Amino acid sequence: MVSVNEGLLVGLVLTNLFYLATGRLGTYVKLFIVQTLLVSFFGLVVNQGYLSTRVIILSVIGLVIKAFVFPALLTKSIRTAKLKREIQPLVGFGTSLFIGILMFGLSSWLGSRMPMPVEASSRLVVPVVFFTVFTGLFLIISRSKAITEVISYLVLENGIYLFGISFVKEAPMLAELGVLLDVTVAIFVMGIVIRHLRTEFESLDVNKLSTLKDWGV
Amino acid sequence: MIFSMNIGFFGNFSSVLQVTLALVFAPLLFGVINKTKAFFGGRKGFPLLQTYFDLAKLVRKGAVYSKTTSWVFRAGPVVSLAVVLMALFFVPMGGSRSVVAFEGDFLFLAYCLGVMRFFIVIAALDTGSSFEGMGASREVQFSALAEPALLIALAALAKNAGSLSLAVTYSGINFSSWLGSGIVLGLISAAIFIVLLTENARIPVDDPNTHLELTMIHEVMVLDHSGPDFAAILYGSVLKLWVFGSLFVGILLPVKSASPVLNTLVFMTGMFGLAVLIGVIESVMARMRLTYVPRFLLGATAFAVIALILVLR
Repeated sequence: MVSVNEGLLVGLVLTNLFYLATGRLGTYVKLFIVQTLLVSFFGLVVNQGYLSTRVIILSVIGLVIKAFVFPALLTKSIRTAKLKREIQPLVGFGTSLFIGILMFGLSSWLGSRMPMPVEASSRLVVPVVFFTVFTGLFLIISRSKAITEVISYLVLENGIYLFGISFVKEAPMLAELGVLLDVTVAIFVMGIVIRHLRTEFESLDVNKLSTLKDWGV
Repeated sequence: MIFSMNIGFFGNFSSVLQVTLALVFAPLLFGVINKTKAFFGGRKGFPLLQTYFDLAKLVRKGAVYSKTTSWVFRAGPVVSLAVVLMALFFVPMGGSRSVVAFEGDFLFLAYCLGVMRFFIVIAALDTGSSFEGMGASREVQFSALAEPALLIALAALAKNAGSLSLAVTYSGINFSSWLGSGIVLGLISAAIFIVLLTENARIPVDDPNTHLELTMIHEVMVLDHSGPDFAAILYGSVLKLWVFGSLFVGILLPVKSASPVLNTLVFMTGMFGLAVLIGVIESVMARMRLTYVPRFLLGATAFAVIALILVLR
């Protein structure tokens, strides 16, 4: 039978490859929403028989922060920074996609070599976790815009969260660490907005913003 | 070449009939595509049978050969048509087996199509026109990227079925295999569909209608052919679309009922449904920028590789 969770995992693989192939910041944010929905839904499907309050609260927190709060913040920072796309990535998009395919192969190999103390719900879980983490790391080193790096970090975090939520029965600690990582990213995003403001206006004083309308014309 | 005993060298009567149907109905695909595009454009469009009229007209005409060309230029259209006809005998169509089958024939099919492209390309290069050379270069660049996608997709299919022969692979697919390995089949058909669009010079990779220099890939290569030669090229290209279409429809609509008539009807509906789908895609999408095409094709390869990894697990 085609299981729902395998479908979700393949969906995750495809979103990862899409990240590598695109340079539009708006698409990154949309992809991130899709990926987060996939991960959260996977969390619910995988823990079907074990839907304790803890799991539900973890999923809901993850979902709300990542599918609503972060995208809103990111869209806002993209708009403030007046960026549309990653223009000069250090590694080209085609090459990135090719490396992505290799990374998926490597992740599958790693997944098959790595015995887990507890059997995962699907044999795809560990490869997909690795692949998502690799994608995040690769994006961090190969893209140059600060906002893309935040999103890359979020992709990496999605991978870790996926791992945590798959084993929440056995190691609830992991899932909670995942949520903590989310908070770190929130600080990242704010930091970038602040840094942008400072480089742009040489000050963080919000009051000065109103007088800057004609600045630099 | 080792012909496997259990497969049998020749298929039955129904497979031969399928090839005949392909030879007769293939030009209609272009008509359906163009009617769909005309419908979206609010036009009446040219007649459904226009490709037949074109072929009939071209066959009656004489051919013009430039003095700079050699026998290579004249051989191109003939060889490419011959090779695609040969490919047709290896494709399982309409729920029946292919006419000829042996272990590993999917490689043979891929290289038949490769030989077809090779001859069109060297005929284009033989004209000495830099414009045609440009088209040939683009065609070869994109095919080089499309071929791994096709081969890996077919390999995943072969591994899924446990046989290296297209006939066995395709006869193993039915609706319950969609329930069992739907993800794999979905990925494979997505990869094959992208390759289909690329190899047949359809939007979003190439625009079959354009005669503008900067946008053309496939059309530019065949500009110098005229008369019966061009008819061979045109007929070859509709047959090529039929070959790829059968590979795609064979996965998507694997009807294996006891009645060959029903199978054939479903298959034909699938093929013309595919033509409508291509028409819709051409109506709602613009051609991609040339630099995006390699990414698009790498995407197809990615689908195929994921399918293969899922099967290998």
